[in-house]
Amino acid sequence: MDPLALALIELGAVVFCLGLLARLAGRIGMSPIPLYLLGGLFFGAGGLVKLEGMHEFAHLSSEIGVILLLLMLGLEYTAAELVTGLRRSWQAGVLDLVLNFLPGAGLAVMLGWGVVGAMVMGGVTYISSSGIAAKVITDLGRIGNRETPVVLSILVFEDLAMAIYLPVLTATLAGVSFLLGLQTVGISLAVVTLVLVVALRHGHHVSKAVHSENSEVFLLNLLGAALLVAGLAAAMQVSAAVGAFMLGIAISGATAHSATRVLEPLRDLFAAIFFVVFGLNTDPRSIPPVLGWALLLALVTAATKMITGFWAAKRAGIGVPGRFRAGAALIARGEFSIVIAGLAVASGVVPSNLAALATAYVLIMAIVGPLAARFVEPIVRLLRRPARRPVVPNTGPA
Amino acid sequence: MNVDETDLPGLGRRKDFMTASGRRIGVVEYREGQTELIVSAWDDPDTCQASIPLTADEAATLGNLLGGQRLIMQLAEAHREVPGIVTRQFSISAESPFQNQPMGKACIRTRSGVSIVAIMREGEVVPSPGPDVVLHPGDLLVAVGTQEGLDTAAGILRNG
Repeated sequence: MDPLALALIELGAVVFCLGLLARLAGRIGMSPIPLYLLGGLFFGAGGLVKLEGMHEFAHLSSEIGVILLLLMLGLEYTAAELVTGLRRSWQAGVLDLVLNFLPGAGLAVMLGWGVVGAMVMGGVTYISSSGIAAKVITDLGRIGNRETPVVLSILVFEDLAMAIYLPVLTATLAGVSFLLGLQTVGISLAVVTLVLVVALRHGHHVSKAVHSENSEVFLLNLLGAALLVAGLAAAMQVSAAVGAFMLGIAISGATAHSATRVLEPLRDLFAAIFFVVFGLNTDPRSIPPVLGWALLLALVTAATKMITGFWAAKRAGIGVPGRFRAGAALIARGEFSIVIAGLAVASGVVPSNLAALATAYVLIMAIVGPLAARFVEPIVRLLRRPARRPVVPNTGPA
Repeated sequence: MNVDETDLPGLGRRKDFMTASGRRIGVVEYREGQTELIVSAWDDPDTCQASIPLTADEAATLGNLLGGQRLIMQLAEAHREVPGIVTRQFSISAESPFQNQPMGKACIRTRSGVSIVAIMREGEVVPSPGPDVVLHPGDLLVAVGTQEGLDTAAGILRNG
């Protein structure tokens, strides 16, 4: 068959299947990410169907998917929110980092994957899925809850931590020396600070540069700027994703909101392709051997996120049920764990079962996270039922 | 009254306060401009029993209802010494013959002896409205007069 025709048919079939999977996910009220990954596993290397024709396009698309995911992560919070979040919740953020980075890193060391493997797996288990968490909080009507700002500020901290972590990860993956690695950390810290200062003081200039009332012009400006910055960052060995993320932070105010609206459909498409491609490159036969480890890791890191949320909410003066809700909302891992594993796999310096472990882990956590958030409340209530009656005398159960 | 304002990074802002009965009540203002009324659960002030999305009109009407009540209470307090004088509020419905008409057209004072002392509109108070103030559907008129006069005024506003 004509290669173009073949590529179009394959791409069409894959995107159509993704649509069906997303609809199924919506029907049963779960995140579509695990289904996309399963879809990729099904089609991919060693899977049931081989897709060769769309390889090149899929590869570039998945790169764009990562860039858009990170750009939108940067757009999600304004620079002011990042700075106040950092100031107010850094203790909880540090606890979160330590408790959730170590299990992944520890397991990688145990499995003999070395420092690089530890860096990668630590990141995979550390970062909560802000997408899933925000959706769960909204769906369960918990936006007005008192523990919600606590959860959000931990997500904000993770967001900032990613800005430091990703360049370090890219440096580690590129196998640079310790000194050069330190230099990379220094540069990325300086760049993050610079971007925050620029975004706080002169964010409107950056916004003005890309903004346009015409949504077509706006979309092209945004996408062009994001790809340019990402490409330049990649050329300077800082990681394309970080460049896009920084651009997202620098764009502020009303422009950021309309940018989110304009980019959302593109992000959905390219990110879905990214998840599928990640699944495609993972051999489904490599999953069963690591499934036990993935389950153990899931159990441990669900507990560590629970402790993080519980502790942070307790510090904020929130009651026991709220503390459990805060912990459970953080459990879900998703898109960014896959982004980290994807960067590692693309560099080719990590063993292939790392991808399998990351896939299995995210599959579990993206499904368990929202379920935990939903059912933690009735469970806690059931356990505490005999404990006490409401404090205030003259209120009825209305 | 101490209203707590809390940032919700990435979403918007929450403004709420604790009522004397131990329930937390307030609003969530989203960055995109929507408003949600939140009411905490009776057994756990941290959680929300209800989060009700309100359109701008609905929020303004709710504000009128609550604000109007307070104005009425203050006026009733002021008129307590004058026997026979009552304060009452009338809402202008979408079917009222005087909607989008200047208030003077209803000739309320001439026909019933009742004074309209204020109009509550979109959460704001229009004090001592003149005859050329145009009435809108959703307006709350605060009226002072005798019991019979107020009944007459209600009939005028309803049926013309």
